Amino acid sequence: MREEILKTLDKNSKIQESDLAKMLGMTETEVHEEIKRLEEEHVICGYPTLINWDATTEERVTALIEVKVTPQRGQGFDKIAERIYRYDEVESVYLMSGGFDLTVIIEGKSMREVANFVSSKLAPMEAVLSTATHFVLKKYKEHGLPLVAEGSSDERMLVTP
Amino acid sequence: MRNPLNEKVQVMKPSGIRKFFDIVSEMKDAISLGVGEPDFETPWHIREEAIYSLEKGRTVYTSNAGLKELKEEVCRYLKRRYALDYPDKDVLVTIGGSEAIDAALRTMVDPGDEVLIPEPCYVSYVPCVSLAGGVPVTIALKEENEFRLTKQELLDAITDKTKILIMPFPNNPTGAIMEEKDLREVAEVVAEKDLFVISDEIYSELTYGRNHVSIASMPGMKERTIVINGFSKSYAMTGWRLGYAVGPEEIIRQMIKVHQFAIMCAPTTSQYAAVEALRNGDPDVEMMRDAYDKRRRFLVARLREMGLECFEPYGAFYVFPSIKGFGMTSDEFAAKLLEEEKLAIVPGTAFGDCGEGFLRISYAYSIEQLKTALDRMERFIERHRA
Repeated sequence: MREEILKTLDKNSKIQESDLAKMLGMTETEVHEEIKRLEEEHVICGYPTLINWDATTEERVTALIEVKVTPQRGQGFDKIAERIYRYDEVESVYLMSGGFDLTVIIEGKSMREVANFVSSKLAPMEAVLSTATHFVLKKYKEHGLPLVAEGSSDERMLVTP
Repeated sequence: MRNPLNEKVQVMKPSGIRKFFDIVSEMKDAISLGVGEPDFETPWHIREEAIYSLEKGRTVYTSNAGLKELKEEVCRYLKRRYALDYPDKDVLVTIGGSEAIDAALRTMVDPGDEVLIPEPCYVSYVPCVSLAGGVPVTIALKEENEFRLTKQELLDAITDKTKILIMPFPNNPTGAIMEEKDLREVAEVVAEKDLFVISDEIYSELTYGRNHVSIASMPGMKERTIVINGFSKSYAMTGWRLGYAVGPEEIIRQMIKVHQFAIMCAPTTSQYAAVEALRNGDPDVEMMRDAYDKRRRFLVARLREMGLECFEPYGAFYVFPSIKGFGMTSDEFAAKLLEEEKLAIVPGTAFGDCGEGFLRISYAYSIEQLKTALDRMERFIERHRA
């Protein structure tokens, strides 16, 4: 049931516990307790909202930065990753296989802000060997959901056999 | 001028659902739990395969019975899912399950033959039997049996003219299924009375908590059964119009004739899409089944909370609650619900007289849509509870 709760919340974190309970054939208390446990175990880490900022007046830019680093003795990549992800500007950090080590996703108000972050904070770190910054031009889909309006109205006839 | 019309067509009643549809379509901004098709779009990889087939110029007829590739996939699928073993020459690809029903009846029915039709059921069996020259004989299934067909009900309906039994399970509109033990009893009677079965298994992928069993897999049934299935419900492909029939060689061979002169062949683009569906569509089916199951539990729980009685449906995407405590017929209830709450739900009587006292609620809707509709339903029920 744990997986079922997670799968459902993954699609809609706003769902009410009473509805979730009915969908899964559980009691409300069981669902509530299980979600509490999942939060305590840090399996559920938060409930953010998926926002298409391009559709607002707010200026935002997103950049994806490929970072090559020197792993540190005894700590591997974790220590340097932590030093990077502690910055508020950093949206995501992933350790990668392949040609570079870390993918760092930065959100900023402008390209200049992002560029500043890279040149003044990220690149000068001792363990960072090189960076390659890619700016996102348009977001089509995130977290399994299309961000571009699709006009996905229900085209079915109201009543069919 | 002479009457241009065929008599059988003239006396044919328009489907009850049509009548209701006409009322609904005049109502502005009505919402509905009345559809009989999935709310999902056809999975993208299947659509893409159809697009590729068009790009490659595969725009010609296929052989009458269907693409060999597709027929082979159908055989693999039936074996993998329902332990049914057919060679590809015993497959006929049709325009939806609907054409397969019609073609099977026209191939097998002689004038005066009685065809048993358990009701409530899908709207096309009775008229198709009549058009084929047969005599439709309905069996009124009971809620106390969870709308399953019992041995006794079957025995009571059989006469010396009975030739065919239609088996519409998992059932639209009740959501009823037949489990192996139920089928075994029916199969015994069928064999003993020397009947044939047309088993409409279009909802076979949509069963919850228990697997679908095909009556053709019962001992001695394969040579007496035409199994009808298709892509509409399992892969959310209603608009592609693609289904199939499998059965004994001597019946399928004759069905191909009926199909060939009426249809030529099923749509080529749809057939290529269907090959992809059968090859790589299992995860999609599972995803959709899982979503339907959550909605089903949600819907049944909400209805019971409202005090509406309904048996637990294990198949298709319908719930069939009783509204007998409200002093209204199904038609009146549905009409009033539409008028007062702008909510369209199909009365049980659209699927046969024995659907009186019931509604068919479809859960081919998102949880949010279901919630909005059920809130209206609850308000209505509070107001009209006797």
